[in-house]
Formats: sequence, C-alpha cells, structure tokens
Amino acid sequence: MEVLAQGIGAIFTDPDADKAREFFRKKSRALKPKVMSVKEAVEKFVHDGDYLCIGGFGANRIPAAVCHEIVRQGRKNMGFAGHTSTHDFQILCAGEVFNKLDVAYIVGLEARGLSPNARRYMESGKVNVSEWTNYSLSVRFKAAAAGVSFYPARNIMGTDTFHYSGAKIIQCPFTGTKYAAMPAIWPDVSAIHVHEADIYGNCRIRGITVSDLDVARASKHLIITCERLIQNDEIRRDPSYTSIPYWCVDAVCEVPYGSYPGNMYGEYFSDEEHLREWLKVEENPEEFKKFLDKNIYSCKDHFEYIEKNGGMHKLLKLREKEFMFSKARD
Amino acid sequence: MAEYNTMELMICTAARELEDGACVGVGTGAPCAAAMLAQKAHSPNLVILFEAGGAAPLIPEMPISVGDSRTTWKAVMASGMCEIMETACRGMLDYTFLGGAQIDMYGNLNSTRIGPDHQKPKVRFPGSGGANDFASFCWRMMVMTPQDPKRFAEKCSYITTPGWLQGGDSRAKSGLPLGAGPYKIITNMAVMDFEPESKRMRIIAINPGYSEKDVQDNCGFELLRAKKIVENKPPTKQELSILRDQIDPYRYVIGR
Repeated sequence: MEVLAQGIGAIFTDPDADKAREFFRKKSRALKPKVMSVKEAVEKFVHDGDYLCIGGFGANRIPAAVCHEIVRQGRKNMGFAGHTSTHDFQILCAGEVFNKLDVAYIVGLEARGLSPNARRYMESGKVNVSEWTNYSLSVRFKAAAAGVSFYPARNIMGTDTFHYSGAKIIQCPFTGTKYAAMPAIWPDVSAIHVHEADIYGNCRIRGITVSDLDVARASKHLIITCERLIQNDEIRRDPSYTSIPYWCVDAVCEVPYGSYPGNMYGEYFSDEEHLREWLKVEENPEEFKKFLDKNIYSCKDHFEYIEKNGGMHKLLKLREKEFMFSKARD
Repeated sequence: MAEYNTMELMICTAARELEDGACVGVGTGAPCAAAMLAQKAHSPNLVILFEAGGAAPLIPEMPISVGDSRTTWKAVMASGMCEIMETACRGMLDYTFLGGAQIDMYGNLNSTRIGPDHQKPKVRFPGSGGANDFASFCWRMMVMTPQDPKRFAEKCSYITTPGWLQGGDSRAKSGLPLGAGPYKIITNMAVMDFEPESKRMRIIAINPGYSEKDVQDNCGFELLRAKKIVENKPPTKQELSILRDQIDPYRYVIGR
C-alpha cells in the first residue's frame, strides 16, 4: 500500500500483529486465583523499560495505588501512553519513571491547572516525545485489542500533530479517501481500577469506560485494582455486567478507595483540596521532595497515604460529595 | 440593561448558537457553561457529549473534569472515548467549543508547545487531548477565547488542532472530512467567522463597548470585515440569572 505522507515521531512498541499473536498464544487461560498485594503485582509485572498504560481518565477511576507503587519501587526508562493522563501523569513524572512518551493529553489537570513539576520534566529534554490525540491513542489500543496492526482514522491530517506522530497517510482501496493509519499498541503492562472483580479477574465497571475495555485486551500483562472483591457466583449470576474477562488479567488487588485522590463513579468524588496541594507544592522543588517523602516514599501502601491525608473522615466527606446531587435534587 | 462581565457575554453569545436538538461536544469551563445555559434557557433537548464517554447528561453543576461523575448525571449513556469520537466521525456532532494558547487567521489552534525544539520546548502545554479529534470531525467548530495580539498570532508555533489549515481548499485536500471546519470565534470583544473562499477570519459582530479598531489592535494578523458588522446583543436578565444562580453559583468560570 502506498504511503502518501508520514510523521517523524517514534513508534515505541512493535505493531506486528503476528508477534502479538505469538505472545497471546502463550498467555495463560487458567481459571486460577490471582489475588495479591499491589506491591507484589508491581514487582512481578512492571519492569524497567516496559511500555505502560494507566486506565481511567486522569483523576477519575485511576489505579492510584499502582502509580504510587511504581514510583516507590523506582521503575525507570519506561514507555508511557500519555492518554487522558492528568494526576496519574503527575505521579509518574514525580518519579521520572518514563523517558519515552506517546502524548495525547499530559501536564495539565484540566480545569485545575498545569502541573509545574510535570512541565519541568517535559521541558528538560529527557523525554522522547511522540505526538498523538486522545482518539488516536484510543484506536491504537482498539487495533491491538482486535489483533490488527493499524486502524484508519480521519483526524490529525494536515496538522503538526500528524507531523510529530508516527502515523502514516494511506488511501482507501475502495473509495480513494485519505486516512491516517494509526499503529497498534500492545502495552507490556497496564493497570486499571474497577468497581468489582472476582478472584480470577472478571471485572465490572460502572460509569464511563474511556478506552479501558480496549486497553485491557491489548495489554500483555494487566493489573486490576478493585474497590471490592465479589464472588465468582455473582459474576456468573449475570454475566452481562462483565466488561473485562479473567483471561486478560494477571493480578487482582483489592484496594478500596483505590482511585483516591481521584473520583470513583458512584463511590466518592475527587479530593480537590489535596489535588490543589499537589499543584501548589510542586512550585517549590525542595518542598515537593518532602511532600513526596511523606505521601509516597515513606508510605507502606495506599492506606497509609490515605491515613495521612484525612483517613476515613475525609473519605466519608468525598462520598457525601459524590452523592450530594441525589440528596439535593430528589 | 443588566450589568455583566465579558465572560458572561461570551458564554451567552456561545449558548445562543446551540439550537434545540443539536449535538455539542464540550470540555470543562466556559464551553460547558455555554452548553448548560443553552440547555436550561432554550434548548432542553440539546445533546451534550463529553470525550471521556458522558452522553447526553442533564449536568447539575460545573464539572471539574470531562470524565467526572457530573458528566454522566442523568445521562442516557455512560460510554467511552471511541463511542463519542465515532459518533462525531459518523457526522452526528454539530458543534464543539475549543481554545488554545495561539490561534491563527485560519482558526488553527496551538495547545502543544511554544519554542522551536519539539523534544525540549520552551513551554510545554497539554497537547491535543480530544481537541484535534473534535475539530477534525465536528461540522461547526467554535472557539471561545479572550482576545489579545499574542494569542491571535500571525503564525502558530505548532498546529495542534486543524482550522482551515492554510486556507482556500487546503483543508479539503488534507483528507479531513469534507464540509467540517471552524465556524465562529467568540471573544471578549467580537464575533468572527471565516470568509467562504479564502477561509480567513472576518469580523461579523462587535461586543458593546468595543470598536472595530479595538478588535484589530488586539489581533496579530489582519482581520477581514463582513459587509455588515452588527453590534452583539448583551446578555438578557433571564440568561444572567440562570448562569449566576443555577450554573455557576460559585463563580468558577464567570468570576474569572
């Protein structure tokens, strides 16, 4: 197929579908318990140099405990999908975990403002950057989930976003229409936070799914953190609720309030006070170092982090905030 | 006439563009306020889409994120990014509102970087997010932005999001879907559209208290002028009360 134009950005993962099939051919389909701690899951499945994807949407339904643990264990030289990443990106930048980056949305925390530390890191020249968009990365995962090497999309053409991407422009063999061919990404490892999972990794998600259903299927290894473990009988009672099947999953970690300080649909709202503190303290690198010592490096796990930031009292307030509309309006 | 600030005027101007039954893709902040105002004032069946997956919510108050729980409040569906962008690519997204650090005369937007070195930029911004996607697919892309000569730049350091690209038929030739593109630019001073042939930005309405000269003086490139330039209508009392009492009581957006 003729390539009409091509971007100069790097492609950090191999888009070869047959190589991916060889990997998935060997991936276990055994129905076995996969419950472990976050610490264990990161030790086992997240390695220096791996390409990583984080589920959710920045500060909504994110596996915050896994992000902290990756920083705590000092992973380096990773590739990362900066796909709808906000607070997760901020955490990973704090550990300078990655040096290869596919960008769709980074550095910002939406209406909350920009992260000074993430900006410093991205302006340092230490990161090899390839430029994409939210939809472009979504379809790169979609292609991988479908077991094909690329996906045709009608965005990014004509812009610098295309020029600094690794996409190629091709022509439809039926109509002659131009498409940007987006290469599949099979991440080495991803982490997704869900509402409920059984011990084998069958998952239920409420609210928006962002790109997580494709990310789960595209990933070579997948760590699930969940608000609650549920019985396998409950999964089988009504399988229509299952959105990630167990054969995609390598580790299941029960982490209630696992998206904190992010929002969790139908459970708790984001801790805006704490997120403001992150952004503020990043302005001063010395203060930020102390902040990280307190909130990440000296914490045994996610619960110690939550304890240090208001514990159960704070969490109940955030639950109230999540539910206040039903109180106020109905 | 009611007292109002320029942010309120911009939101009201934007809201009036959204007719009942239309479909609009929005982010947080002013665009979301405009969509909420339209829904409460005159377009109860406005379909609001959020890129993260929220589809047709009846938003109770300003979301802080395009993926937070408010974006699916009484929605018809909590979906995902592909669902929303595929709906747009299929041709069902009428409007979207975007912004950026820079905009040029063809409505191209920069939200990626300032400085020539891509790997070591002088200033790094978030990047496209869903902006390039919405602008590629949406029939009528609009921009809400304060107007100053730095932001309205002769040339963007980087084109994150497509406007009419290099003008003329360059967008059609690029491969982007035909017939879609920038529609209106709403600023604190004026409303601009694009001259149909050259696709250059052109003044069509001036906000109360500003002159054509003010608009040109606060723009880094030469603006075209429509044959008839009208005075933009100020917000009505009803619009202001909905905006202040129901949509943004804490002044997150209109207090700026």
